[in-house]
Amino acid sequence: MDLQIALLLGQDGITNGAIYALLSLALVLVFAVTRVIFIPQGEFVAFGALTLASFQAGKTPGTLWLLIGAGVLVALVDISLALRSGMARKIPRIVGWNLVYPAAAAAVVFLLKPNELPLLAQVVLVLALVVPLGPMLYRLAFQPLAEASVLVLLIVSVAVHLALVGLGLLFFGAEGSRTPAFSDASFDWGVMTVTGQTLWVVGASLLLIVVLAVFFERTIYGKALRATAMNRTGARLMGISTVMAGKLSFLLAALIGAFSGVLIAPITTVYYDTGFLIGLKGFVGAIVGGLASYPIAAAGAILVGLLESFSSFWASAFKEVIVFTLIIPVLVWRSLTTHHVEEDE
Amino acid sequence: MKLGKLTVAVAAAFTTFAAYADITVGVTLSATGPAASLGIPEKNTLALLPTTIGGQKVNYIVLDDASDTTTAVKNVRKLISENKVDVIVGSTITPNSLAMIDVVAEAETPMISMAASARIVDPANPKTRWVFKTPQNDQQMAIAIAAHMAGQGVKTVAFIGFNDAYGEGWYQEFVKYADTYKLKVVASERYSRADTSVTGQVLKMMAAKPDAVLIAGSGTPAALPQVTLKERGFAGKYYQTHGIANNDFLRVGGKNVEGTFLPAGPILVAAQLPDSNPIKKSALAYIAKYEAAQGKGSISTFGGHAWDAGLLLQNAVPAALKKAQPGTKEFRTALRDALEATKDLVGVHGVFNMSPSDHLGFDQRARVMVRIENGAWKLDK
Repeated sequence: MDLQIALLLGQDGITNGAIYALLSLALVLVFAVTRVIFIPQGEFVAFGALTLASFQAGKTPGTLWLLIGAGVLVALVDISLALRSGMARKIPRIVGWNLVYPAAAAAVVFLLKPNELPLLAQVVLVLALVVPLGPMLYRLAFQPLAEASVLVLLIVSVAVHLALVGLGLLFFGAEGSRTPAFSDASFDWGVMTVTGQTLWVVGASLLLIVVLAVFFERTIYGKALRATAMNRTGARLMGISTVMAGKLSFLLAALIGAFSGVLIAPITTVYYDTGFLIGLKGFVGAIVGGLASYPIAAAGAILVGLLESFSSFWASAFKEVIVFTLIIPVLVWRSLTTHHVEEDE
Repeated sequence: MKLGKLTVAVAAAFTTFAAYADITVGVTLSATGPAASLGIPEKNTLALLPTTIGGQKVNYIVLDDASDTTTAVKNVRKLISENKVDVIVGSTITPNSLAMIDVVAEAETPMISMAASARIVDPANPKTRWVFKTPQNDQQMAIAIAAHMAGQGVKTVAFIGFNDAYGEGWYQEFVKYADTYKLKVVASERYSRADTSVTGQVLKMMAAKPDAVLIAGSGTPAALPQVTLKERGFAGKYYQTHGIANNDFLRVGGKNVEGTFLPAGPILVAAQLPDSNPIKKSALAYIAKYEAAQGKGSISTFGGHAWDAGLLLQNAVPAALKKAQPGTKEFRTALRDALEATKDLVGVHGVFNMSPSDHLGFDQRARVMVRIENGAWKLDK
C-alpha cells in the first residue's frame, strides 16, 4: 500500500462517512425528541435517490402515490378526530396539508415533465415529494403511541421499515438505478485526484450540518426541539407541543434522508432496499455517540466510513463483519465509563 | 405481496377441492428479497404457461419465499402436505433449492429447480433422484469464460464476486478451469450486493495489474465494480457472468459496460442466432409471448428458466397420465420417470437430453459468448 492508495481510500471513506454522518445525526435527533429508534431512516435515502432516477427516466415515481395515499389516511384520521372533539375549525388546515398539497404536487409532476427540468429543480421536486412523508408517517404510526416504551416504539419502527421496503419494491422494481453526476469535474491535488461529486457530497453534508446547528441554536423551533429532547414533561409545561416536536423531527429526518439519497445516487447504484444498510451504518455512528451527542455521532460515522473503505482493501470478504464489530468495543467502553440511570418514563 | 399470497392460497384451496383429478403444480420462487430481479420474471412467465396439458386441467399454486431458505422449505412442506401437489417448481436460488431436496425426496415428489448450481442435481446424492433443473451449470459457463480468455491472449485475471454463495461458487469453478487454460488468478476480492463503494477492492485488483477482470455478480449490482474500474482507468478486458443478462444492467451500466464479454443462454441473443439453430424458434416464440404480456423490452433470461420448466412438464405429463391418475403416488413416480426420459426437447436456453446421471441434460448448445456493443447484446462469434 502506497500513499496514493491510502489517499484514495481515505477520500472514499470520507465520502461515504459524510452520508453516514448525516444519517446518524437524523437518528440521534429522532431518538432524542421522540425516543423512536428510527430504522426506516434508510428508506428515505432509497426513496430520494430512486424518485430522482424515476424523474430522469421520464417515469412517474411511486412515491407520489405513497404521498397521496398517506395524505388521505392522515386526513381521514385527523378529520374524524377533529369532528369528534368538536374542533371543526381545524379541518381546512388538515385538508390543506394532507389532500391539497399532495394533489398540487401531483399536478406539478404531471404538468412539468420533470425529465426536462434542470437538475436543481428535479432535486427540489424530489424533496417536495419525499419529505412530507416523514411527518405523515409520524402521525400514522408513532403519534398514537407517543407515550409507549422504547421497545414498543422500536417494534413499530421495524414494522414501518418492512412496510416501506415492500412498497419500495412495488414502486421501483427489484433492479437498481444510478443518476448522472452533479458535476464531471475532477481536480488534481498533488498525488490525488478529487472528483467533483465527492466535493459535492462532502460540501453539501457540511453545509447541512451547519444549517442544522444554526437551526438548533438560533431558531425558536430548534430550541423547542432541544427542550423536548431534554425533558418532555418540562417542555410541555412550557407550552411546547410534543406532537409538533415529533412531526418536526420526522420532517428533518426525512429531509436529511432524501437529501442524502440525492447525493449518493450518482456515485453508487441504489436499490429499493439499499437504504437499510446505509441507515444501519449511520446507526453504528449514532451508537458511538451514545444516541445523544451530535458531534461524536458524526465523528463515529466518519470513522465507520474510513474503516469500511480500508477494510474493503485489506479483507473485502470480512468488511461488514469488521464494520459492525466496531459496536462491541464501543458499547463495552460506554457501559464502563457512563453511569446509566434506568429511567422508565 | 402478503395479500397476493393469501388470495392465491385461498383460491388454490377452493380449486383443489372443486376438481379432484386436476394436475397440481406447486411453485415457490423468490419474487421478493435479494433475488427479486430473478424471481419476478419467473413469476410473470408462470402466468403464461398452459392451463391444460394432455387434456387435463393444470392448477398452479405460486408462493413467494422472499429469497429465504427457511420460507422456501416451509412453502414446499405446505404445498406437499396441504395442496397435495404432483410436482414442485422452484426455487429461484441455489441455497433454497438445496434445502428443498430433502423434503421432496422424503415425500417422493419430483422437483424442477430454476437455480444454477450443479450441486442441486449432483448424481452422487441419492436424494436428487427426484430433482431436475433448467438453468445451465456454473461450470459450463466458467469453462466458456476461461476458454474465451485464453483465446483473447489473457494471462492474468483478477476476480471480484458477491460475498455469498454465488460469488464463492463462481470463484471455485473458475479457479478449477483457469489452470487448464494457463490463466493466473492474481487477485480475489468480494463485495456485497448493497455496497455503496468498491473503491478498496478495485484499487487492490488494479495493483495486481491483471490482463482481464472477471466480475461474478447478478443483475444491476454487478455494474458497480465495473463502473469503478472504468473510473479508475482500468484498460484491460472485462468479463461478467450470465447473472447480469437483463436490460436493467445495460441501463445502469451505460457507457461503462461497453465491450464486456459474458457467457449466456442463447435466448439472450435469440434473434441473432443462425436459422439452423433449433433454439432460435423456440426462444423467439417465448419472447413474443412474454413481451406481449409484460411490454416491449421486458424480457429477461431468468424467465426463460421457468418457461423451460413448463416445457419439461408439457413433455413429461402426457406420458405420466397414461400410467396413473394425478394426485396419486404412482403419478408422481411416473412423472419423475418421464422427466428423466426427456430426449431432444428444445427449450429456450438449450436442448434437454436427460439421463439418470444428468438431470439437466444441456450440451454446449446451451451457452453462447455475448459482447455488449452500443448498449445491446451482441452474439460473439
